Amino acid sequence: MSTPLALAAFTASSALGVGLAPLLSAIRQGRSGLKPCDFESAAIDTWIGEVPSVDEVTLPAEYRAYDCRNNRLALLGLQADGFEEAVRAAVTRHGADRVALVLGTSTSGILSAELAYRERDASGALPEWFDYRATHNTASLGSFVREYLGLRGPVTVVSTACSSSAKAFAAADRLVAAGLADAAVIGGVDSLCLTTLYGFSSLELTSPEPCRPCDEARRGLSIGEAAAFGLLEPASGAPGEIVLSGWGESSDAHHMSAPHPEGRGSKSAMRAALVRAGLQAGDIDYVNMHGTATPANDASEGAALTAIFGNKVPCSSTKGMTGHTLGAAGGLEAVICALALRHGLLPASVGTKTPDSSIPVELVMKAGEQRVLHHVLSNSFGFGGSNCSVILSRKDAP
Amino acid sequence: MSALEDIVVWVDGVGLLGPGMNDWAQGQALLRGEAAYEAAPTVLPAPELLPPAERRRASRIVKAALAVGLEACRQAGVEPGALPNVFAASGGDGHNCHALCELLATDDRQISPTRFHNSVHNAASGYWSIATGATPAAQVLGAYDASFAAGLLEAMVQVDASGQAVLLVVCDSEYPQPLHAKRPIQDTAGLALVLAPARSERSIGQIRMLRRDALQEKAPDQLSSAHPALAACVGSMPAMRGLPLLQILCSPGTERSVALEYFSPQSLVVTVARAEPA
Repeated sequence: MSTPLALAAFTASSALGVGLAPLLSAIRQGRSGLKPCDFESAAIDTWIGEVPSVDEVTLPAEYRAYDCRNNRLALLGLQADGFEEAVRAAVTRHGADRVALVLGTSTSGILSAELAYRERDASGALPEWFDYRATHNTASLGSFVREYLGLRGPVTVVSTACSSSAKAFAAADRLVAAGLADAAVIGGVDSLCLTTLYGFSSLELTSPEPCRPCDEARRGLSIGEAAAFGLLEPASGAPGEIVLSGWGESSDAHHMSAPHPEGRGSKSAMRAALVRAGLQAGDIDYVNMHGTATPANDASEGAALTAIFGNKVPCSSTKGMTGHTLGAAGGLEAVICALALRHGLLPASVGTKTPDSSIPVELVMKAGEQRVLHHVLSNSFGFGGSNCSVILSRKDAP
Repeated sequence: MSALEDIVVWVDGVGLLGPGMNDWAQGQALLRGEAAYEAAPTVLPAPELLPPAERRRASRIVKAALAVGLEACRQAGVEPGALPNVFAASGGDGHNCHALCELLATDDRQISPTRFHNSVHNAASGYWSIATGATPAAQVLGAYDASFAAGLLEAMVQVDASGQAVLLVVCDSEYPQPLHAKRPIQDTAGLALVLAPARSERSIGQIRMLRRDALQEKAPDQLSSAHPALAACVGSMPAMRGLPLLQILCSPGTERSVALEYFSPQSLVVTVARAEPA
């Protein structure tokens, strides 16, 4: 087996704050970053997870064409925790053409198009300022981050809805294994927009209260936004290093927006991740659930988890703290898993009051519980029946 | 895998659909210069594999994706549902995107659930998996005008990593106005390849990619064609940026390298050779 990739650097910004420090303290305290929806002109009775100060971010003049909420959030995220400097040092070590970029997003800068449509002129034309390629288009995120960091390796923008940035880990691992790159910048950025707020509302999936994952009275999800990034480099074997030990991907082939009731696809993604990691179900110390808090998702995921792990593995959904950050969720929750491994901390299912007895997993209800963790698994599932599970491991001294 | 060896895949099936191009057989005749190109709107076949409810609502990009994916799988003699797949597109369903933006610009904003779930970039991939029963991994990329090259790179890496055949589907639909003025995609078009790790009796050609320096700072190659309207298709639809590769694949002669549009200023350079009959 080839050398696994390690998370040489990582960062995440969410409703809990910019960078790792507020995220870690929120995990310790079980604090939620959700608030009643006051985004733009949205009039929806729901709660959201908005990243503070995205509106104040200014892109450097040479990247002004890329200016949109999603790329502002990307820049805010890149500049936290010295992540940008870590990438620039990696570029110096490996060469710009040997560092791949693999990012996930579901809606990219579509908010710019939503706003531009309000400013159509008498002939119906969109305003001059609207730059489709650099903002609205799915690839905008990849183009902007590539230019900003000066990367010249393979660029992959994954857009499989809510599994996007989990699948970035798999795609980056393949690129390095194939010898097309020596390191990879991975992550996910998704930002609030009217399409997802009104879209999930049309499906009656937005909760009128802060979301309650796996709760018997759960009423749907809280939409959030986030930027999460990681730098993957071949593991050095240093004690405490966090490595990407496995991933698994599958398709439900069932329905565009509803999960398979027994979690057929999610089971096969988790099993594939275990096989790739060379681990048994009993080796997993914690599962970060997709756990959107919609009735159907949590029931389906619960069935899949029970089939593989029984009720012995501590599980939680951290979406009660951050909201469902859609295409950024896989990246954000991998960072939460990395913090859990690093600090020996079990993230709690914040927002859950009474666990649903028909989801018989061991739900972590109390924040701040310390536990030595070796292997953790994170689930991310998306519309179109796209499933991805990622396993991160902490390598301790032999 | 050796770091010194190129990534090599074999093309076992091709699907092609675009304006004035109804399938790969017609495409070959056009690309070889054996038939005159007649520009005409893309003719989209009905998506028979979808259940009736989905069939009625299937968008243009979904119809194109299903048509080219199935054509490529038929030629390759593989069960469509058995293959892992890579979908690449600049955008999703352009008409659906316009309808959502238009509604969200009004005070009403009551969008339909179907419009919302059809708005995801991976909608075509999702319908492919529902239609064919494909449960293996489905990758979906967005790379603007680099979508063909980015999809090809990902699919070749997957074949290399897994030793299994992979289906690549590159497709896009046009936007109506006013988005069309900002992103003038000419028409709905699709291009699909079944890529296999080893040569079989179905193989029609080979694609090789360097593990280092496959991305080079150079301009993408154009189509050599006596028909200006056919050559113009390469630049006006993201999937058709693969036509220069298909032209080598169906033309007699020795292997040639081709530069495919990637993220500017780079092109993806691969070497293409037709599999001459043994």
